[in-house]
Amino acid sequence: MKKLLAAAITAAAMLLASPALSQTPPNVLVVGQIAEPKSLDPHAVTAVNDFRILVNVYDGLTRYKDATLEVEPSLAESWTISDDGKTYTFKLRQGVAFHDGTPFNAEAVKFNFDRMLKEDHPFHDTGPFPLAFFFSAVKEVAAVDEATVEFKLKEPYAPFLSNLAYPTGLMVSPAAVEQYGKDFGRHPTGTGAFKFAEWDANAKLVVTRNEDYWDGAPPLEAVIYRPITDANTRIAEMLSGGLDVMVEVPPDSLQQFRDDAAFTVYEQAGPHVWFLILNMREGPFAKKEIRQAANYAINKKALVDNILQGTAEVAAGPTPPAFAWAYNEALEPYPYDPEKAKQLLADAGYGGEELIFYVTEGGSGMLDPIAMGTAIQADLQAVGMKVKIETYEWNTFLGKVNPGLEGKADMAEMAWMTNDPDTLPFLTLRTEAMPDKGGFNSGYYANEKVDELLDKARAATDQDERAKLYKEMQEIVREDAPWVFVANWKQNAVTGATVENFKLQPSFFLMLQDVAKP
Amino acid sequence: MAAYIAKRLLAAIPVLFGLSIIVFLIMAMIPGDPATAILGSYATPENVARLNADLGLDKSLPQQYLIWLGNLLQGDLGRSYALNRPVLDEVLERFSATLILAGTALVLCSILGLLAGVISAVRQYGLADKLITVLVLIGISTPSFWLGLLLILAFAVKIRLFPASGMYAIYGGGDLPDLLHHLFLPALTLAVVATGVIARLTRTAMLEVLRQDYIRTARAKGLTERRVIYRHAFKAALVSVIPVIGIQAGFVLGGAVYIETVFQWPGIGSMLVNAISTRDLLLVQGGVLVVAATYVLFNLAADVVQTILDPRLR
Repeated sequence: MKKLLAAAITAAAMLLASPALSQTPPNVLVVGQIAEPKSLDPHAVTAVNDFRILVNVYDGLTRYKDATLEVEPSLAESWTISDDGKTYTFKLRQGVAFHDGTPFNAEAVKFNFDRMLKEDHPFHDTGPFPLAFFFSAVKEVAAVDEATVEFKLKEPYAPFLSNLAYPTGLMVSPAAVEQYGKDFGRHPTGTGAFKFAEWDANAKLVVTRNEDYWDGAPPLEAVIYRPITDANTRIAEMLSGGLDVMVEVPPDSLQQFRDDAAFTVYEQAGPHVWFLILNMREGPFAKKEIRQAANYAINKKALVDNILQGTAEVAAGPTPPAFAWAYNEALEPYPYDPEKAKQLLADAGYGGEELIFYVTEGGSGMLDPIAMGTAIQADLQAVGMKVKIETYEWNTFLGKVNPGLEGKADMAEMAWMTNDPDTLPFLTLRTEAMPDKGGFNSGYYANEKVDELLDKARAATDQDERAKLYKEMQEIVREDAPWVFVANWKQNAVTGATVENFKLQPSFFLMLQDVAKP
Repeated sequence: MAAYIAKRLLAAIPVLFGLSIIVFLIMAMIPGDPATAILGSYATPENVARLNADLGLDKSLPQQYLIWLGNLLQGDLGRSYALNRPVLDEVLERFSATLILAGTALVLCSILGLLAGVISAVRQYGLADKLITVLVLIGISTPSFWLGLLLILAFAVKIRLFPASGMYAIYGGGDLPDLLHHLFLPALTLAVVATGVIARLTRTAMLEVLRQDYIRTARAKGLTERRVIYRHAFKAALVSVIPVIGIQAGFVLGGAVYIETVFQWPGIGSMLVNAISTRDLLLVQGGVLVVAATYVLFNLAADVVQTILDPRLR
């Protein structure tokens, strides 16, 4: 009986196993995604995972110049900004059509923004549009003629052009929204290099080459996105040849791919910063010396080398170096100097009060938060600071941190990824951005000079002028140390040997227009 | 029998109703809300409030529940916030994938478990029994997600005999052989623990029955040993094993959560895990309801089969 059984199982296994698995066909790129896309309506989504697909199906009025976070023309050929910084006039590219054949024109642009921003728009109910506030400065959009569109802003808003390059600013086909309504997100129609072909829920999403793409048809015939949530499974799928590209490789596995000639590893620093919010309203961190002491006491180099295994770099200040034009190169990270930290603590009269430290279990951009939290705790203990960790699941964590740390904790982990040097400091470091005013200044940092610099930078339209203001702001914030500046994350990806012209962008978007796979 | 089944089905309604209230309350109690999950870093109180209003979550809990219940009675399970599609479409699609996986695993573990149990009992303390006992113990003690990863490493990465993940090939495929090809590793992994449990129980039940007087009588009548074991003993032992298989069906459905995640099987288990982490209340409600209803049905089926097998229960 047992032999029979064994024979039956073997036979079944032989029958089921076809050895002809393996390589993916030429000119079709299979990309391993970290989750099922939520929707392919660019105005309705918030996740980088979805952005990676969207930027290949849609275009915006502007886009990021290759390898930078500076904007360049895309569907808009050129633009002018009025002297008061409140009127933007765009000249649109002519002869561009959406994938459904309808023309891209000024009316289409107006439709896109009105749908997002106007509650009485007939298709506003195809939302919700959670990131519509990226454009809350927009008062009115007017189609001047077929090829000219004018944006009136409520106040000068310098990040406007860069927000247009963000997925929330991508242009969707009005005709397709009218046809599909709430289901538009499952029938995405843009002007991009790839057209939507098929979405087999939880298995694959296929886009095919747009032969008529205004910027030149891409070399690839098709791209297949596969959602594989478990990182180990994603790695196994990559190793077994079921994927051509895999993003967000866990640090542990990166070396394995580096050592294997069949794969190429890519890394690119992005607009990401990982930091500790310090509660300046009460407790020890109300004193600047103690905040600086924490910055000296934590061995950031050890954190990025050992825990993050080289997948991040040490942060020097509040602005990530990926914003090359606005980043202050002169800024040096706080060196690891426990003696100096002890000295500062003694000078400030720190009496060994216990510090509550909020740590999250995971969450977008949080890297390896528990291991990081534990190492930070050990570093602080080493200079005599008593730290008690409280760990929360990501959504719970946000619910505790975003309303402010007062009365609850002295420090909290946090990470942000933004698309403009304005966003993070404006939302987290201004007096006007305290949690009770709807901002994210959960540690209650207040410095009039910083407020002034940020307000000025937001109103300035000249990039050099803005850069100067941001650089000055970074110096002050570094010195005031409202945060412990820890790390800037490098995005990574692995491709198979046959993939050509692959590149990661500082925006973290996965642009596949130029990729080939003969 | 029909009246009995009807009665049991009616009794299931308050169970499912109560369950939906419990799920609703638990989801309301977990900190964090869908708007925070969607907005992530951008979750200011203002943005959260606006999005909650758009999602209809600014209403009171009882109001939300009654709206959901009213829609349910019209066959509408609502729309998932996170996936932006009707809950019913998603749940049915995912659930059929789970049924294929769990169903196969259940058949597999029933056959293997019963066979192993019978052999063990008949050859008590023999080599076969000892071997099976060791294997069964290993099977019961192996964490299934780990076993799944090992099988992927061995059969997908090293010798590339089976695909590492998914339900169908990404290009081509889509037919039955393709499905079976993808199904083999996850179904096997899922079946391992349940096989162990069923084997252990079958062994005990068989040993119990084999000691009964009527077995001795059957042997004394001069029946062949094969006939004694399979006709008399096995049928009697089944009576106590069947309900266990019914309960194992529940465990297999529950175990599918891990296996589906490891093998990226597009089933309802992995859907529920995601739905809970994104606080997608309506999707959780829909999914739990379907899983619970199935569990109730499985148990009912087990009870009915048991009643048919055991005249004393009629």
